[in-house]
Formats: sequence, C-alpha cells, structure tokens
Amino acid sequence: MNIQKLHEEYKISLIKEKRWTRFFQLVILLSFISLWEAASRFDWIDELIFSSPSKIAILFIEKINDGTLLTHISYTLFETVLGFIIGTLAGTILAAILWWSPFLSRVLDPYLVILNAMPKVALGPILIVVMGPGMTSIITMGAIISVIISTIVIYTAFKGVDPNYLKVLQTFNATRLQMFKEAILPACIPTIISTLKVNVGLSWVGVIVGEFLVSSQGLGYLIIYGFQVFNFNLVLLSLVIIAIFATIMYQLVELLEKVLLKNG
Amino acid sequence: MEFLTVSNVHHTYFSKDTATEALQDIHLSINKGEFISFIGPSGCGKTTLLSIIAGLFPPTIGTVSIEGQSIFGNEHVSIGYMLQQDYLFPWKTIEENITLGLNILNKDKERGEEVTSRLLNAVGLPNIEKKYPKELSGGMRQRVALARTLAVDPTILLLDEPFSALDYQSKLKLEDLVSETLKKFGKTAILVTHDLGEAIAMSDRIFLFSPRPGKLHKTFEVPEEMRTLTPFEARAHPHYSTLFQMIWKELESLEHTKTT
Repeated sequence: MNIQKLHEEYKISLIKEKRWTRFFQLVILLSFISLWEAASRFDWIDELIFSSPSKIAILFIEKINDGTLLTHISYTLFETVLGFIIGTLAGTILAAILWWSPFLSRVLDPYLVILNAMPKVALGPILIVVMGPGMTSIITMGAIISVIISTIVIYTAFKGVDPNYLKVLQTFNATRLQMFKEAILPACIPTIISTLKVNVGLSWVGVIVGEFLVSSQGLGYLIIYGFQVFNFNLVLLSLVIIAIFATIMYQLVELLEKVLLKNG
Repeated sequence: MEFLTVSNVHHTYFSKDTATEALQDIHLSINKGEFISFIGPSGCGKTTLLSIIAGLFPPTIGTVSIEGQSIFGNEHVSIGYMLQQDYLFPWKTIEENITLGLNILNKDKERGEEVTSRLLNAVGLPNIEKKYPKELSGGMRQRVALARTLAVDPTILLLDEPFSALDYQSKLKLEDLVSETLKKFGKTAILVTHDLGEAIAMSDRIFLFSPRPGKLHKTFEVPEEMRTLTPFEARAHPHYSTLFQMIWKELESLEHTKTT
C-alpha cells in the first residue's frame, strides 16, 4: 500500500533526525574534551588550575583503586537522594495542610514568603551547631533548600484544581479527605513531578554546601579539600562526577514521570 | 404528591463592597417523576437556585426539602448533578469514573462492575469500561457523565446546561437519550438551560425567572400530548411553536422592563 510505504518513510526520517541530533551532541562533547586536553597540553590555559581530561581520568582510576572515591560518592548520593525525597515529601504534606485549612494558609502566608526569600544555605552553621557536624545536618540542608518552594508551588496547584471536579464530588457528599484523595492530589501529580525536577538540582546545592561546611566526607568535601591543597584535578573530578549523577537522577525523575503520566 | 419543595428562599451573595440579591422569595414545588426546566435571562439566579437545591450551599433564608427532609447536609438524600462539561476524571478509567459516587458513598461497592455495564448499555456505550475519557468524543463523555450521575441512584437529577457545550447533532441525540433514560428510571429532574426550544421539548413544566433579583415570574405547562413524545418529536409537534412564541414574548417583555 502506498500509504504504508509513506508511513515507513516518515518513520525512517524520524529515526534519521534523531540520529543526527545524537551525533551532534556527541560531536560537541568530544570536541570539548579534545579542546580542553589540547589547550592544557599546549599551555593555552594554566594546567594547574584547569587540569586536563587525561589527568582527571588518571586521578579517577587512582581514587577508584584505593577505594576512597566510591565511599565519598556513596555518602553524597545517599544524602542527596534522602534530602530530595524528604524535601519534596514535606513540601507536599505542608501544601496539603495549607489546602486543608484556608485559615491557616492565610495566617502563614507572610511567613512562607519570608522563608522562601531567605537563602536557606545561610542556615547551615546553625544546623551544624544544633544537629552536630554529620550526615543529619547535611541531609537537612538538602531538604530545607527545597521544602518551602515545593510547598508554595504545590499549594498553588492544589488551589488551581477546577472547582467543578470538587462540585461533582460534593454532590456525592464527599468528605474533604475524599476530595483530596480523588481529585486534588491526582490532578496535581504533573505539578509535583515538575517540582521533583527542580528539587533534584536544589538538593545537590544543599548537600554540596553542607559538605563544604561539615568537611568530613563526600564530593563537596573533596572539592573544598582539593581547593585548600590546591589540587584542582580533584576539584574538577568531583565536579564531573556530580554532573553525571545529577543527570542520572534527573533522567530517573523523567522516567517516573512517563510511568505516572501515561494516562493523564 | 409534592416531592420537592422550595419555600421562602432568599439568597444574597456578599463581597467586600456589595451585597447582591440573587434570589428573592422563591416558592415552588415539584412532583415526583416530573421534568422541570428553569429558564430566564442571565442574572435571574437559576443556577444559584439549582446549586441550593443540590445542597452545595445553604440559602441565606428559607428551606428546601425533598420528601419532607431538608436537603442541606443530609446524607440520606443523594443528588445527581450534571454540569455543562462532563468533568470526568481524566486519570480514571470509565468504570472508575462511573463507580466514583458508589465508592464515596460506600454503597454497592461489590456491584460496581454490574452497575457500570448496565448503565453503559443504557446510554448506548457498551464495552468501554477500561477506556480513558480522553479516548471518547464530547458527546460520548457527556453520556458517561450521565451514567456516573445515575450510578448512585439519585433522588433527583439536576442538569446545569449539560447540552450547551455540544454540537447540534450530539445535543439533539443526547436530549432524547436523557429524556428516555430518565423516564425509564422514573427520575425527577430539573434542567437549567438558555435554550428555550430544549426546555419546551424536554419538560413537563417550565419555570420562567426574572432577573435582578431573581424571582419566579411565570410557570408554563407543556401540553399533555407533547410530554409523552421524545424531545426530537416534540419539536415537530404543532403546539411546540405556539408555546415557543408565548414564552418568547414573555422573555422579551422581561428584557424590556429591564431596559426601561
């Protein structure tokens, strides 16, 4: 059939387009790495500060072999994932409480604005004094950095749900809890997912700053340590690893989005 | 037999600067199995009255009761409410949408499947239980919304312009379907509409409201011989245009008194 043939051609053109996109993405990455390596070898840039891909790779293998890098990575990953989950979950729960009680939400409105405007990482020293210089403080940093903005965004989404859905439920004599469960929460899943995406980045910021301050373990500690002993190979290695894992986390959230929203 | 009574209902909407009187001194009663339409110019409070009858909020003054029981906050009275759009929940399957009311009211849970298939047959959409609303056309979705409304076996059906968002052909078909289904289930219904023809074709009685503040202006009886017809046939009945002209003049006179 002619139509079938045309459809096949169309599908092939889609695949071709995708391949070209991937190809150029790869070209950019490879030329960046080669240019970096060349610039460092031919002394266009100061190797001491900007390092080079080969030196980073050598350091990576060295650190993997002596086992220290994996420990640091697992600490940071654990803190980030936990901070991220706690931050988003607490934000959603707070938003639900605000939705539940319009009076409370009116009362708390100015405080939310203040808390949102405040740079949360500035609370770091206080957290460390209160919770001790350890993982708890760092996870808390990873969580508080995203909790207020999540609360505000998700609460706004809760309020924006078409009131006619609630009207339908109200005619069935639904309780407020049933309204939340049947309409408000499922209608806001897309918003919650998009806050998850933002929070991935935020939790990394919170955790890395936390590790700067606590300075005992993790990729943030490696960055601060490398900076202090002027080992920029180490600083850049940590940065590359952070970039890779942050991307993986983001991809996982996107996967979750696909699974949850396939019927939306 | 008086089924639904609205007595001495006044309703006022308050805002910071104004108090708007939406309804004034409404008295009316409806018999069991009757099909009633509320018509009138915009601002006549017909939707407000429908919401009050639905128990969505209490009137400022007055009472509404069904079979002697007050409506507001009464768990034993179940109301079927159909809106301008279907408002099916897009994340639920058709079956989950139809059994939504049953699950919330916690009744007939185990019969959910049976109720769904019976109602989907009644609205002419068999075997779509596992589909999602987005897979259906506007007319089909409104038919599912009708099934969802009927699933809880409501005491009374309130229809808030449920046909106005549809194209003309779907609208005529759905009018026939709703009318036939309600007759079959012996339901009492109130329809709010802007469409005078629709009101005449579907109703037993028509209540005309006048605006600002909303008052019951006049009641029209649809002739006996038209009531047994389907809405589509009723539109072709000789009395249809007579009644249309009569109510039309009355509506015009309302517009007039408003402007002068």
